[in-house]
Amino acid sequence: MTDRRTTLKLVIAAAAAMPALRARANYTDNLEPGASPPGNLRQFEPTMDGYGPDPDLIKAYEKGAFWPLTMNAEQRQLAAALSDLIIPQDEHSPAASAVGVVDFIDEWISAPYPRQREDRATVLRGFAWLDGDARHRFEQPFAKLHEAQQRAICDPICNVSRASAALQGPAQFFAAYRNLTAAGFYTTVAGRKDLKYIGNVPLAQFDGPPVELLEKLGLA
Amino acid sequence: MPFVTASSQRGPYDVIVVGSGAGSGQSAYTLCMEGVKVLMLEAGRRYTPATESPMFQTPEMAPLGGADTTDKDKGFYDATVNGGWDVPGEPYVSVPDKWGAHFTWWRARMLGGRTNHWGRISLRNGPYDFKPRSRDGLGFDWPITYDDVAPYYDKVELLIGVYGGETSLENTPAGPGGTLLPPPKPIVSDHLLMKYAPRFGIPVLPGRRAVLTRAQDHRTIPGKLHPGNARAQRILAEAMRKRSPCLWATPCGRGCAVAANYQSTTVHLPPALATGNLDIITDAMVYEVTMGKNGRANGVRFVDATTGRHEHATARIVILGASACESARILLNSKSAQFPDGLANSSGLVGRYVLDTVGSSVSGQIPLLESLPPLNEDAADGLQVYVPWWLYKRQLAHELPFPRGYHIEYGGGRQMPSIGTFSGLEWLTGGSYGRKFKEDARRYYGSFIGFDGRGAMVPNDNCYVEIDPKVKDRFGIPVLRFHWQWGEYEQRQAVHMQQTFGEIIEAMGGRIQSPIITDPVKAIAPGGYMIHEVGGTIMGADARSSVTNRWSQTWDVPNLFVADGGVFPYNADKNPTLTIMALSWRMSDHILERMRRREI
Repeated sequence: MTDRRTTLKLVIAAAAAMPALRARANYTDNLEPGASPPGNLRQFEPTMDGYGPDPDLIKAYEKGAFWPLTMNAEQRQLAAALSDLIIPQDEHSPAASAVGVVDFIDEWISAPYPRQREDRATVLRGFAWLDGDARHRFEQPFAKLHEAQQRAICDPICNVSRASAALQGPAQFFAAYRNLTAAGFYTTVAGRKDLKYIGNVPLAQFDGPPVELLEKLGLA
Repeated sequence: MPFVTASSQRGPYDVIVVGSGAGSGQSAYTLCMEGVKVLMLEAGRRYTPATESPMFQTPEMAPLGGADTTDKDKGFYDATVNGGWDVPGEPYVSVPDKWGAHFTWWRARMLGGRTNHWGRISLRNGPYDFKPRSRDGLGFDWPITYDDVAPYYDKVELLIGVYGGETSLENTPAGPGGTLLPPPKPIVSDHLLMKYAPRFGIPVLPGRRAVLTRAQDHRTIPGKLHPGNARAQRILAEAMRKRSPCLWATPCGRGCAVAANYQSTTVHLPPALATGNLDIITDAMVYEVTMGKNGRANGVRFVDATTGRHEHATARIVILGASACESARILLNSKSAQFPDGLANSSGLVGRYVLDTVGSSVSGQIPLLESLPPLNEDAADGLQVYVPWWLYKRQLAHELPFPRGYHIEYGGGRQMPSIGTFSGLEWLTGGSYGRKFKEDARRYYGSFIGFDGRGAMVPNDNCYVEIDPKVKDRFGIPVLRFHWQWGEYEQRQAVHMQQTFGEIIEAMGGRIQSPIITDPVKAIAPGGYMIHEVGGTIMGADARSSVTNRWSQTWDVPNLFVADGGVFPYNADKNPTLTIMALSWRMSDHILERMRRREI
């Protein structure tokens, strides 16, 4: 498992080195420092300090406890639509937005730390491209599209290694956003239940796996 | 009141101990149990694992899902507070600041130091590890043998509680029997290793970690550790009764509120405090050992971080256990007309021969482990099994391009999902999203395994610390400047790790995500990443070639000792903490004997 930091660093590095990123005007518009994304997707830069080297580790924190969330209403709608396209409700668990993933991502891209600030640039740039593509092709913002239309936009960017040269930037955004959505979803009660994670409870003894399972796997 | 301040000290003290981690905690314990009055000085704040350990907290309760940040370098719930790769206001210098020559220094400014978050892996050095030069002509021999240290490994294992298994493998010793707790049951991915590693001639042993797999025997152990000392036995028995066996849940690195694993704050310090012989000043940043007119140390100077005032504490004996590099820093900063190059430095070797552990990792995905039924695999938080170095004979025959070995720390299982668990899955999923992504997550969850090689380092002249001529910390204390360069032996060893791990994963039917690294420069983790730095006040057979003698006593100043990893003249593949404790106990016994003889 490559850790997320490494993955995202590679994504960022690749994005920076990739001339294809500049292929689409509406994708590169806000690459310039201080530039605003098109439409209503204005940026609010996080300015707060972090939680410091000695935070209270015992209490449970609300999202935004240490720095303000910065997404506006339109960004939150887009974030919810894309998160739910990636992790929709099914017979096992709810959709991503139903368990707080939008707040998770908002907290993430609003955080003052270097890694999160890099992700902020990736996500906001991706949001701008996504809405631009939606308006260009379907004359509606991404969040208002039907699932089939959303998929028509996302299918070409859902795998970096298969995406065209012109779509490398958006594909890297999609990979990063899927990572964030999965990070937010699978660290909730609902996400752990979906995976049938049954640990994190005190046990009087640890018995190891059942012999029948080991036999079935040829590991007995 | 055992926690005192600079102005409420209850001297006179027999001994000052600088630091409160593995080495210093062990010294304080051993000395206090025998009636010695000890003053411990810790640079960081007081820390109480019973109330501060976030044991069962889940990621969504933390900011950023518990992600590592520059404030909490190993994640929000890591036990380290006021520490990490950077300590605010306490810089250090690494020149040249570039990959391969850079050294990264992990510190923990808190009571108990790095023992609060460490991996608890507790391997003994073997006989070869104490006499490496005699075996292959490289580096330095220790001035002591395995047999000198073995009784202290026994004692430390009994005191702190270490699980493990018996072994008769070469240079992989266990105690005489009865010192180890039973090992935990292997999880499914462990069984996978146990099936495939032997096909390569690679042995798999029960892991060794300082975790209580059952309650300690508080009836017999105190008598073994403190024969003839009824009070010490009573205090230790009570301390042992207060420790809970492992709950088989929550990562040890968060700290353990029920004291089921070893950290200085839960195992060494409580009984030492219970003797009434230990006073502790926290927030006390020691920067200088002071000397009396008789050529002996008479105390230390420190900055009280809460007031900013410079203070002086005195005692008959000074023990430095501030961590290898920090103790070297204190000595180098203890300059005077008599000692222009720093104290205990007539050899010129203070700060020299800093060593770390070679690290290299490969992970894989195993189809056999996909879509397993629900299993609680929290187990002992890892290292239920491990692989000791297995190619001693080939090395002796010069059949390998590197002279020293490594062990393998291996892990897998259905661990609590974290923010990184499902990152970067495209190589397996083809970029799925929607319902398919959720199916993929269920399928691949728990099917990943990881191999971490941890290898020996031969000392070299390019790895050392000195005092930076310009930079000072927030207290005005001159800081360390690191110099680092891995040798070719270490780099080749890391490539061997990469290739070996790749072969095992493929034999398991697994897939390797990142290509196996065969470039020796890139295969090895940067200096300091393993947080195993030792050396800098190395022990040796004479005052010309070492800083400390076989008792961890400085050659130049007879009442000045080093209790941390600084005394290591060689860093075997075995994780250093257990050896630090064993040497500290041995040193403390020696101090007690000399005190009884009124020699110091």
